[in-house]
Amino acid sequence: MNMVSSSTPATNMNSLMSSEDNIQRTQYPYVTGTSVVGIKYKDGILLAGDMGASYGSTLRNKTVDRIQPIGKHSLIGASGDISDFQEILRKLNEVILYDNMWDDGNSLGPKEVHNYLTRLIYNRRNKFDPLWNSIVLGGVKNGQKYLGMVSMIGVHFEDNHVATGFGNHLARPILRDEWHENLTFEEGVKLLEKCMRVLLYRDRSAVNKIRVCFLFISNVLNDLLSAFFLHILYSSISLDLRFYGVNAAS
Amino acid sequence: MTKQQANWSPYDNNGGTCVAIAGADYCVIAADTRMSTGYNILTRDYSKITQLAEKSLMASSGFQADVRALQKLLAARHSIYQHQHNKQMSCPGMAQLLSNTLYYKRFFPYYSFNVLGGLDSEGKGCVFTYDAVGSYERVGYGSQGSGSTLIMPFLDNQLKSPSPLLLPAKDAVTPLSEAEAIDLVKTCFASATERDIYTGDKLEIVILNAQGTRREYLDLRKD
Repeated sequence: MNMVSSSTPATNMNSLMSSEDNIQRTQYPYVTGTSVVGIKYKDGILLAGDMGASYGSTLRNKTVDRIQPIGKHSLIGASGDISDFQEILRKLNEVILYDNMWDDGNSLGPKEVHNYLTRLIYNRRNKFDPLWNSIVLGGVKNGQKYLGMVSMIGVHFEDNHVATGFGNHLARPILRDEWHENLTFEEGVKLLEKCMRVLLYRDRSAVNKIRVCFLFISNVLNDLLSAFFLHILYSSISLDLRFYGVNAAS
Repeated sequence: MTKQQANWSPYDNNGGTCVAIAGADYCVIAADTRMSTGYNILTRDYSKITQLAEKSLMASSGFQADVRALQKLLAARHSIYQHQHNKQMSCPGMAQLLSNTLYYKRFFPYYSFNVLGGLDSEGKGCVFTYDAVGSYERVGYGSQGSGSTLIMPFLDNQLKSPSPLLLPAKDAVTPLSEAEAIDLVKTCFASATERDIYTGDKLEIVILNAQGTRREYLDLRKD
Protein backbone atom coordinates (compact mmCIF):
# COMPACT_ATOMS: atom_id res chain seq x y z
CA MET A 1 0.00 0.00 0.00
CA ASN A 2 1.06 3.51 -0.65
CA MET A 3 1.28 5.18 2.69
CA VAL A 4 2.27 8.70 3.55
CA SER A 5 3.95 9.54 6.79
CA SER A 6 1.77 11.64 9.03
CA SER A 7 4.53 14.19 9.46
CA THR A 8 4.17 15.63 5.95
CA PRO A 9 2.70 19.15 5.87
CA ALA A 10 -0.43 17.96 4.08
CA THR A 11 -1.39 15.82 7.03
CA ASN A 12 -0.88 18.20 9.90
CA MET A 13 -4.27 17.24 11.26
CA ASN A 14 -3.03 13.70 11.78
CA SER A 15 -0.12 14.77 13.91
CA LEU A 16 -2.55 16.78 16.01
CA MET A 17 -4.58 13.67 16.65
CA SER A 18 -1.76 11.43 17.84
CA SER A 19 1.48 11.78 19.69
CA GLU A 20 3.24 9.06 17.73
CA ASP A 21 4.93 10.28 14.63
CA ASN A 22 5.31 7.05 12.72
CA ILE A 23 1.70 6.08 12.27
CA GLN A 24 0.92 5.57 8.60
CA ARG A 25 -2.46 6.02 7.07
CA THR A 26 -4.01 5.52 3.68
CA GLN A 27 -4.19 8.98 2.19
CA TYR A 28 -5.70 8.04 -1.13
CA PRO A 29 -7.02 4.91 -2.79
CA TYR A 30 -4.67 2.72 -4.81
CA VAL A 31 -6.41 0.01 -6.82
CA THR A 32 -10.01 1.05 -7.21
CA GLY A 33 -13.31 -0.27 -8.46
CA THR A 34 -15.98 1.95 -9.96
CA SER A 35 -19.76 2.20 -9.48
CA VAL A 36 -22.05 -0.41 -7.98
CA VAL A 37 -25.81 -0.17 -8.53
CA GLY A 38 -28.48 -1.90 -6.46
CA ILE A 39 -32.26 -2.15 -6.69
CA LYS A 40 -35.14 -3.85 -4.95
CA TYR A 41 -37.46 -5.86 -7.17
CA LYS A 42 -40.72 -7.72 -6.55
CA ASP A 43 -39.17 -10.75 -4.87
CA GLY A 44 -35.80 -9.56 -3.66
CA ILE A 45 -32.79 -7.40 -4.38
CA LEU A 46 -30.38 -7.11 -7.28
CA LEU A 47 -26.84 -5.73 -7.25
CA ALA A 48 -24.74 -4.95 -10.31
CA GLY A 49 -21.19 -3.84 -10.80
CA ASP A 50 -18.48 -4.30 -13.34
CA MET A 51 -15.45 -6.48 -12.66
CA GLY A 52 -12.70 -4.00 -13.37
CA ALA A 53 -10.08 -2.74 -10.94
CA SER A 54 -8.12 0.36 -11.90
CA TYR A 55 -4.66 1.47 -10.87
CA GLY A 56 -5.08 5.16 -11.49
CA SER A 57 -6.19 5.20 -15.12
CA THR A 58 -4.67 1.80 -15.87
CA LEU A 59 -7.02 -1.14 -15.94
CA ARG A 60 -5.10 -3.49 -13.68
CA ASN A 61 -7.51 -6.38 -13.21
CA LYS A 62 -10.53 -7.40 -15.27
CA THR A 63 -11.98 -10.14 -13.11
CA VAL A 64 -12.46 -8.76 -9.64
CA ASP A 65 -15.61 -9.79 -7.79
CA ARG A 66 -16.72 -6.60 -6.15
CA ILE A 67 -20.02 -8.06 -5.01
CA GLN A 68 -19.78 -10.68 -2.29
CA PRO A 69 -22.22 -12.59 -0.08
CA ILE A 70 -22.03 -11.94 3.68
CA GLY A 71 -23.67 -14.49 5.93
CA LYS A 72 -26.88 -16.09 4.76
CA HIS A 73 -28.96 -13.06 3.99
CA SER A 74 -26.78 -10.29 2.59
CA LEU A 75 -24.78 -9.15 -0.40
CA ILE A 76 -22.34 -6.28 -0.34
CA GLY A 77 -20.93 -4.47 -3.33
CA ALA A 78 -18.07 -2.02 -3.02
CA SER A 79 -16.56 0.74 -5.09
CA GLY A 80 -13.32 2.39 -4.07
CA ASP A 81 -10.14 0.80 -2.75
CA ILE A 82 -10.06 -2.95 -3.38
CA SER A 83 -7.66 -3.77 -0.55
CA ASP A 84 -9.80 -1.86 1.94
CA PHE A 85 -12.80 -3.81 0.64
CA GLN A 86 -10.97 -7.07 1.25
CA GLU A 87 -10.22 -5.97 4.80
CA ILE A 88 -13.89 -5.16 5.29
CA LEU A 89 -14.86 -8.60 3.97
CA ARG A 90 -12.41 -10.23 6.38
CA LYS A 91 -13.86 -8.33 9.33
CA LEU A 92 -17.48 -8.99 8.34
CA ASN A 93 -16.87 -12.69 7.86
CA GLU A 94 -15.19 -12.84 11.25
CA VAL A 95 -18.28 -11.28 12.83
CA ILE A 96 -20.51 -13.77 11.00
CA LEU A 97 -18.29 -16.65 12.15
CA TYR A 98 -18.28 -15.58 15.79
CA ASP A 99 -22.05 -15.16 15.65
CA ASN A 100 -22.44 -18.65 14.15
CA MET A 101 -20.39 -20.15 16.95
CA TRP A 102 -23.21 -19.40 19.39
CA ASP A 103 -25.12 -22.03 17.45
CA ASP A 104 -28.40 -20.56 18.65
CA GLY A 105 -30.18 -20.65 15.33
CA ASN A 106 -29.81 -16.89 15.01
CA SER A 107 -28.08 -15.35 12.06
CA LEU A 108 -27.07 -11.82 11.23
CA GLY A 109 -29.34 -10.21 8.68
CA PRO A 110 -28.73 -7.33 6.28
CA LYS A 111 -29.83 -4.75 8.84
CA GLU A 112 -27.22 -5.94 11.34
CA VAL A 113 -24.51 -6.17 8.70
CA HIS A 114 -25.31 -2.67 7.45
CA ASN A 115 -25.19 -1.29 10.97
CA TYR A 116 -21.86 -2.97 11.71
CA LEU A 117 -20.44 -1.71 8.45
CA THR A 118 -21.59 1.83 9.15
CA ARG A 119 -20.05 1.84 12.63
CA LEU A 120 -16.80 0.34 11.32
CA ILE A 121 -16.46 2.94 8.59
CA TYR A 122 -17.49 5.86 10.83
CA ASN A 123 -15.04 4.71 13.49
CA ARG A 124 -12.22 4.66 10.98
CA ARG A 125 -13.04 8.15 9.74
CA ASN A 126 -12.95 9.30 13.37
CA LYS A 127 -9.40 7.96 13.54
CA PHE A 128 -8.55 9.91 10.38
CA ASP A 129 -7.76 6.57 8.80
CA PRO A 130 -10.68 5.98 6.46
CA LEU A 131 -11.67 2.83 4.64
CA TRP A 132 -11.78 4.20 1.10
CA ASN A 133 -15.03 2.64 -0.05
CA SER A 134 -18.61 3.41 -0.92
CA ILE A 135 -20.57 0.30 -0.16
CA VAL A 136 -23.97 -0.92 -1.30
CA LEU A 137 -25.63 -3.52 0.87
CA GLY A 138 -28.63 -5.60 -0.07
CA GLY A 139 -30.34 -8.46 1.62
CA VAL A 140 -33.42 -10.48 2.31
CA LYS A 141 -34.41 -11.82 5.71
CA ASN A 142 -37.75 -13.03 7.07
CA GLY A 143 -39.46 -12.04 3.85
CA GLN A 144 -38.16 -8.50 4.20
CA LYS A 145 -36.10 -6.81 1.52
CA TYR A 146 -33.29 -4.49 2.53
CA LEU A 147 -31.17 -2.17 0.47
CA GLY A 148 -28.77 0.41 1.84
CA MET A 149 -25.53 2.32 1.33
CA VAL A 150 -22.54 3.58 3.30
CA SER A 151 -20.02 6.17 2.16
CA MET A 152 -16.37 6.30 3.23
CA ILE A 153 -17.07 8.85 5.97
CA GLY A 154 -20.07 7.03 7.36
CA VAL A 155 -23.05 8.65 5.64
CA HIS A 156 -25.63 5.90 5.31
CA PHE A 157 -29.25 5.37 4.30
CA GLU A 158 -31.76 2.92 2.88
CA ASP A 159 -33.65 3.33 -0.37
CA ASN A 160 -35.43 1.34 -3.08
CA HIS A 161 -32.47 1.88 -5.39
CA VAL A 162 -28.94 2.97 -4.63
CA ALA A 163 -25.70 3.60 -6.51
CA THR A 164 -22.15 4.61 -5.71
CA GLY A 165 -19.82 7.06 -7.42
CA PHE A 166 -20.68 7.78 -11.05
CA GLY A 167 -23.77 5.67 -10.56
CA ASN A 168 -25.20 8.53 -8.53
CA HIS A 169 -24.94 10.81 -11.53
CA LEU A 170 -25.76 8.41 -14.34
CA ALA A 171 -27.74 5.46 -13.00
CA ARG A 172 -29.98 6.94 -10.34
CA PRO A 173 -31.80 9.36 -12.67
CA ILE A 174 -32.71 6.32 -14.80
CA LEU A 175 -33.77 4.38 -11.72
CA ARG A 176 -35.87 7.27 -10.41
CA ASP A 177 -37.63 7.36 -13.75
CA GLU A 178 -38.18 3.66 -14.34
CA TRP A 179 -38.05 1.87 -11.01
CA HIS A 180 -41.28 0.61 -9.50
CA GLU A 181 -42.16 -1.77 -6.69
CA ASN A 182 -43.44 -4.58 -8.90
CA LEU A 183 -40.41 -5.07 -11.11
CA THR A 184 -40.03 -8.72 -12.07
CA PHE A 185 -36.62 -10.34 -11.96
CA GLU A 186 -36.22 -10.03 -15.71
CA GLU A 187 -37.29 -6.39 -15.71
CA GLY A 188 -34.92 -5.73 -12.84
CA VAL A 189 -31.96 -7.24 -14.65
CA LYS A 190 -32.93 -5.31 -17.81
CA LEU A 191 -33.07 -2.07 -15.84
CA LEU A 192 -29.66 -2.72 -14.28
CA GLU A 193 -28.26 -3.61 -17.68
CA LYS A 194 -29.46 -0.26 -18.98
CA CYS A 195 -27.77 1.52 -16.07
CA MET A 196 -24.53 -0.40 -16.55
CA ARG A 197 -24.55 0.36 -20.26
CA VAL A 198 -24.84 4.11 -19.64
CA LEU A 199 -22.04 3.83 -17.08
CA LEU A 200 -19.93 1.92 -19.58
CA TYR A 201 -20.46 4.65 -22.16
CA ARG A 202 -19.58 7.58 -19.91
CA ASP A 203 -17.48 6.28 -17.00
CA ARG A 204 -14.01 5.81 -18.43
CA SER A 205 -12.97 3.33 -15.73
CA ALA A 206 -16.00 1.10 -16.27
CA VAL A 207 -15.41 -2.16 -18.16
CA ASN A 208 -17.74 -4.30 -20.25
CA LYS A 209 -17.82 -7.20 -17.88
CA ILE A 210 -20.72 -6.92 -15.55
CA ARG A 211 -21.72 -9.06 -12.65
CA VAL A 212 -25.28 -9.08 -11.44
CA CYS A 213 -25.97 -10.74 -8.10
CA PHE A 214 -29.29 -11.24 -6.42
CA LEU A 215 -31.07 -12.52 -3.33
CA PHE A 216 -34.76 -13.33 -3.33
CA ILE A 217 -37.64 -14.29 -1.14
CA SER A 218 -39.18 -17.53 -2.26
CA ASN A 219 -42.61 -18.62 -1.22
CA VAL A 220 -43.06 -20.62 -4.38
CA LEU A 221 -40.73 -23.47 -3.53
CA ASN A 222 -42.38 -23.95 -0.19
CA ASP A 223 -46.00 -23.23 -0.98
CA LEU A 224 -47.11 -26.22 1.07
CA LEU A 225 -46.24 -24.20 4.13
CA SER A 226 -48.62 -21.38 4.84
CA ALA A 227 -45.83 -19.58 6.67
CA PHE A 228 -43.56 -17.39 4.64
CA PHE A 229 -40.62 -19.70 4.23
CA LEU A 230 -37.32 -18.14 3.47
CA HIS A 231 -35.18 -19.40 0.69
CA ILE A 232 -31.96 -17.72 -0.25
CA LEU A 233 -30.14 -18.11 -3.49
CA TYR A 234 -26.90 -16.54 -4.42
CA SER A 235 -26.05 -16.55 -8.05
CA SER A 236 -24.42 -14.44 -10.64
CA ILE A 237 -24.71 -13.90 -14.34
CA SER A 238 -22.35 -12.14 -16.65
CA LEU A 239 -23.94 -9.75 -19.04
CA ASP A 240 -22.24 -9.55 -22.36
CA LEU A 241 -22.39 -5.86 -23.07
CA ARG A 242 -21.00 -4.89 -26.41
CA PHE A 243 -19.53 -1.49 -26.96
CA TYR A 244 -19.00 -0.28 -30.53
CA GLY A 245 -16.70 -2.67 -32.46
CA VAL A 246 -14.43 -3.36 -29.54
CA ASN A 247 -13.94 -7.02 -28.75
CA ALA A 248 -16.34 -7.84 -25.96
CA ALA A 249 -15.16 -11.38 -25.49
CA SER A 250 -12.45 -10.58 -22.94
CA MET B 1 1.67 7.89 -8.75
CA THR B 2 0.29 11.33 -9.20
CA LYS B 3 -2.44 12.24 -6.78
CA GLN B 4 -5.74 12.30 -8.58
CA GLN B 5 -8.13 12.47 -5.68
CA ALA B 6 -8.65 15.51 -3.53
CA ASN B 7 -7.43 15.05 0.00
CA TRP B 8 -10.38 13.59 1.85
CA SER B 9 -12.45 15.47 4.37
CA PRO B 10 -13.96 13.87 7.45
CA TYR B 11 -16.98 16.11 7.00
CA ASP B 12 -19.75 16.47 4.46
CA ASN B 13 -22.84 18.66 4.42
CA ASN B 14 -25.92 16.62 3.72
CA GLY B 15 -28.21 19.66 3.92
CA GLY B 16 -31.73 19.88 5.25
CA THR B 17 -33.80 22.34 7.20
CA CYS B 18 -35.34 22.06 10.66
CA VAL B 19 -37.98 24.24 12.28
CA ALA B 20 -39.61 24.11 15.70
CA ILE B 21 -42.36 26.27 17.17
CA ALA B 22 -43.46 26.25 20.80
CA GLY B 23 -46.99 27.12 21.83
CA ALA B 24 -48.76 27.34 25.18
CA ASP B 25 -49.58 23.63 25.32
CA TYR B 26 -47.97 22.13 22.24
CA CYS B 27 -44.76 22.00 20.24
CA VAL B 28 -44.40 21.59 16.48
CA ILE B 29 -41.14 20.16 15.12
CA ALA B 30 -40.60 19.90 11.38
CA ALA B 31 -37.89 18.98 8.90
CA ASP B 32 -37.67 18.08 5.23
CA THR B 33 -36.68 14.54 4.24
CA ARG B 34 -34.13 15.27 1.53
CA MET B 35 -30.55 14.11 1.99
CA SER B 36 -27.97 15.52 -0.41
CA THR B 37 -24.26 15.65 -1.00
CA GLY B 38 -23.03 18.45 -3.23
CA TYR B 39 -25.39 18.64 -6.21
CA ASN B 40 -26.51 15.03 -5.73
CA ILE B 41 -29.62 13.90 -3.93
CA LEU B 42 -28.77 10.74 -2.02
CA THR B 43 -32.31 9.94 -0.96
CA ARG B 44 -35.68 11.70 -0.90
CA ASP B 45 -37.01 9.99 2.19
CA TYR B 46 -34.68 10.29 5.16
CA SER B 47 -36.23 11.39 8.46
CA LYS B 48 -34.25 14.01 10.36
CA ILE B 49 -36.49 13.94 13.44
CA THR B 50 -35.93 11.61 16.37
CA GLN B 51 -37.80 11.19 19.61
CA LEU B 52 -35.20 11.34 22.38
CA ALA B 53 -37.67 11.03 25.25
CA GLU B 54 -41.42 11.01 25.74
CA LYS B 55 -41.54 14.78 25.67
CA SER B 56 -38.53 15.80 23.61
CA LEU B 57 -37.88 15.57 19.92
CA MET B 58 -34.77 16.57 18.02
CA ALA B 59 -34.53 17.64 14.41
CA SER B 60 -31.00 17.68 13.02
CA SER B 61 -29.33 18.70 9.79
CA GLY B 62 -25.69 18.90 8.79
CA PHE B 63 -23.43 15.86 8.45
CA GLN B 64 -25.64 12.76 8.56
CA ALA B 65 -22.99 10.37 9.96
CA ASP B 66 -22.32 12.72 12.90
CA VAL B 67 -26.05 13.28 13.39
CA ARG B 68 -26.63 9.54 13.59
CA ALA B 69 -23.75 9.09 16.05
CA LEU B 70 -25.19 11.90 18.17
CA GLN B 71 -28.67 10.38 18.10
CA LYS B 72 -27.31 6.98 19.15
CA LEU B 73 -25.30 8.50 21.98
CA LEU B 74 -28.29 10.45 23.30
CA ALA B 75 -30.50 7.35 23.05
CA ALA B 76 -27.95 5.39 25.07
CA ARG B 77 -27.61 8.19 27.64
CA HIS B 78 -31.39 8.36 27.95
CA SER B 79 -31.76 4.64 28.54
CA ILE B 80 -29.12 4.88 31.29
CA TYR B 81 -31.08 7.80 32.77
CA GLN B 82 -34.26 5.73 32.73
CA HIS B 83 -32.56 2.84 34.50
CA GLN B 84 -31.15 5.12 37.17
CA HIS B 85 -34.17 7.34 37.79
CA ASN B 86 -37.10 5.26 36.57
CA LYS B 87 -38.56 8.19 34.64
CA GLN B 88 -38.31 10.03 31.35
CA MET B 89 -35.85 12.87 31.06
CA SER B 90 -37.48 16.32 30.89
CA CYS B 91 -37.06 18.40 27.76
CA PRO B 92 -34.91 21.09 29.48
CA GLY B 93 -32.83 18.24 30.92
CA MET B 94 -32.34 16.74 27.51
CA ALA B 95 -31.46 20.22 26.23
CA GLN B 96 -28.60 20.51 28.72
CA LEU B 97 -27.43 16.97 27.93
CA LEU B 98 -27.38 17.75 24.22
CA SER B 99 -25.35 20.91 24.87
CA ASN B 100 -22.79 19.01 26.99
CA THR B 101 -22.59 16.19 24.44
CA LEU B 102 -21.86 18.65 21.65
CA TYR B 103 -19.30 20.59 23.67
CA TYR B 104 -17.55 17.37 24.68
CA LYS B 105 -16.45 17.21 21.07
CA ARG B 106 -15.50 20.88 20.89
CA PHE B 107 -12.21 20.23 19.10
CA PHE B 108 -13.52 17.62 16.63
CA PRO B 109 -17.15 18.69 16.57
CA TYR B 110 -20.26 16.86 15.54
CA TYR B 111 -21.15 18.81 12.41
CA SER B 112 -24.81 18.86 13.30
CA PHE B 113 -27.30 21.68 13.55
CA ASN B 114 -30.09 20.85 15.90
CA VAL B 115 -33.37 22.16 17.19
CA LEU B 116 -34.82 20.44 20.18
CA GLY B 117 -38.53 20.77 20.80
CA GLY B 118 -40.81 19.40 23.46
CA LEU B 119 -42.92 20.10 26.48
CA ASP B 120 -41.41 21.24 29.78
CA SER B 121 -42.46 19.89 33.19
CA GLU B 122 -45.43 22.30 33.25
CA GLY B 123 -46.61 21.03 29.86
CA LYS B 124 -45.64 24.25 28.13
CA GLY B 125 -44.06 24.08 24.68
CA CYS B 126 -40.33 24.66 24.58
CA VAL B 127 -37.76 25.00 21.82
CA PHE B 128 -33.98 25.01 22.15
CA THR B 129 -31.66 25.99 19.32
CA TYR B 130 -27.99 25.02 19.11
CA ASP B 131 -24.83 25.59 17.21
CA ALA B 132 -22.51 22.70 16.34
CA VAL B 133 -20.41 23.05 19.50
CA GLY B 134 -23.20 23.19 22.03
CA SER B 135 -24.05 26.81 22.74
CA TYR B 136 -27.82 26.85 23.21
CA GLU B 137 -30.78 29.00 24.11
CA ARG B 138 -34.42 28.47 24.98
CA VAL B 139 -36.61 30.26 22.47
CA GLY B 140 -40.21 30.34 21.31
CA TYR B 141 -39.39 29.25 17.79
CA GLY B 142 -36.25 28.30 15.95
CA SER B 143 -34.82 27.19 12.65
CA GLN B 144 -31.57 25.43 11.75
CA GLY B 145 -29.92 24.03 8.66
CA SER B 146 -29.49 24.99 5.04
CA GLY B 147 -32.83 26.78 4.68
CA SER B 148 -32.67 28.58 8.03
CA THR B 149 -31.43 31.80 6.41
CA LEU B 150 -34.66 31.90 4.42
CA ILE B 151 -37.02 30.78 7.16
CA MET B 152 -35.71 32.50 10.29
CA PRO B 153 -36.39 36.12 9.20
CA PHE B 154 -39.87 35.11 8.08
CA LEU B 155 -40.60 33.57 11.47
CA ASP B 156 -39.20 36.68 13.16
CA ASN B 157 -41.57 38.79 11.10
CA GLN B 158 -44.58 36.60 11.85
CA LEU B 159 -43.93 35.74 15.48
CA LYS B 160 -41.89 38.62 17.02
CA SER B 161 -40.32 37.08 20.10
CA PRO B 162 -39.90 39.25 23.19
CA SER B 163 -36.35 40.37 24.00
CA PRO B 164 -34.62 37.97 26.37
CA LEU B 165 -33.25 41.06 28.18
CA LEU B 166 -36.69 42.26 29.32
CA LEU B 167 -37.38 42.36 33.05
CA PRO B 168 -39.46 40.72 34.30
CA ALA B 169 -38.74 37.87 31.80
CA LYS B 170 -41.48 37.36 29.26
CA ASP B 171 -42.69 34.00 28.02
CA ALA B 172 -41.13 33.03 24.72
CA VAL B 173 -43.98 30.80 23.56
CA THR B 174 -45.83 31.91 20.48
CA PRO B 175 -49.46 33.07 20.70
CA LEU B 176 -50.51 30.83 17.78
CA SER B 177 -52.95 27.96 18.02
CA GLU B 178 -51.67 24.49 17.14
CA ALA B 179 -53.36 24.51 13.72
CA GLU B 180 -52.00 27.98 12.93
CA ALA B 181 -48.47 26.87 13.85
CA ILE B 182 -48.71 23.82 11.59
CA ASP B 183 -49.90 26.01 8.72
CA LEU B 184 -47.06 28.46 9.31
CA VAL B 185 -44.51 25.64 9.22
CA LYS B 186 -45.95 24.37 5.94
CA THR B 187 -45.75 27.86 4.42
CA CYS B 188 -42.14 28.24 5.61
CA PHE B 189 -41.01 25.03 3.98
CA ALA B 190 -42.96 25.56 0.78
CA SER B 191 -41.14 28.91 0.46
CA ALA B 192 -37.67 27.69 1.48
CA THR B 193 -37.94 24.83 -1.01
CA GLU B 194 -38.30 27.33 -3.84
CA ARG B 195 -34.84 28.82 -3.28
CA ASP B 196 -32.80 26.33 -1.24
CA ILE B 197 -31.61 23.37 -3.29
CA TYR B 198 -30.90 21.33 -0.16
CA THR B 199 -34.52 21.52 1.01
CA GLY B 200 -37.33 19.60 -0.63
CA ASP B 201 -38.98 16.27 -1.45
CA LYS B 202 -41.15 15.91 1.64
CA LEU B 203 -41.92 17.71 4.87
CA GLU B 204 -42.27 15.74 8.07
CA ILE B 205 -44.10 17.50 10.89
CA VAL B 206 -44.31 16.10 14.39
CA ILE B 207 -46.82 17.64 16.76
CA LEU B 208 -46.29 17.08 20.45
CA ASN B 209 -49.04 17.88 22.97
CA ALA B 210 -50.66 16.48 26.13
CA GLN B 211 -52.25 13.70 24.05
CA GLY B 212 -48.86 12.53 22.75
CA THR B 213 -47.21 12.79 19.36
CA ARG B 214 -48.80 13.01 15.93
CA ARG B 215 -47.14 13.04 12.52
CA GLU B 216 -48.12 14.89 9.36
CA TYR B 217 -46.52 14.84 5.95
CA LEU B 218 -46.57 17.29 3.08
CA ASP B 219 -45.06 16.80 -0.36
CA LEU B 220 -42.54 19.44 -1.37
CA ARG B 221 -40.94 20.23 -4.72
CA LYS B 222 -38.67 17.45 -5.91
CA ASP B 223 -36.36 19.61 -8.09
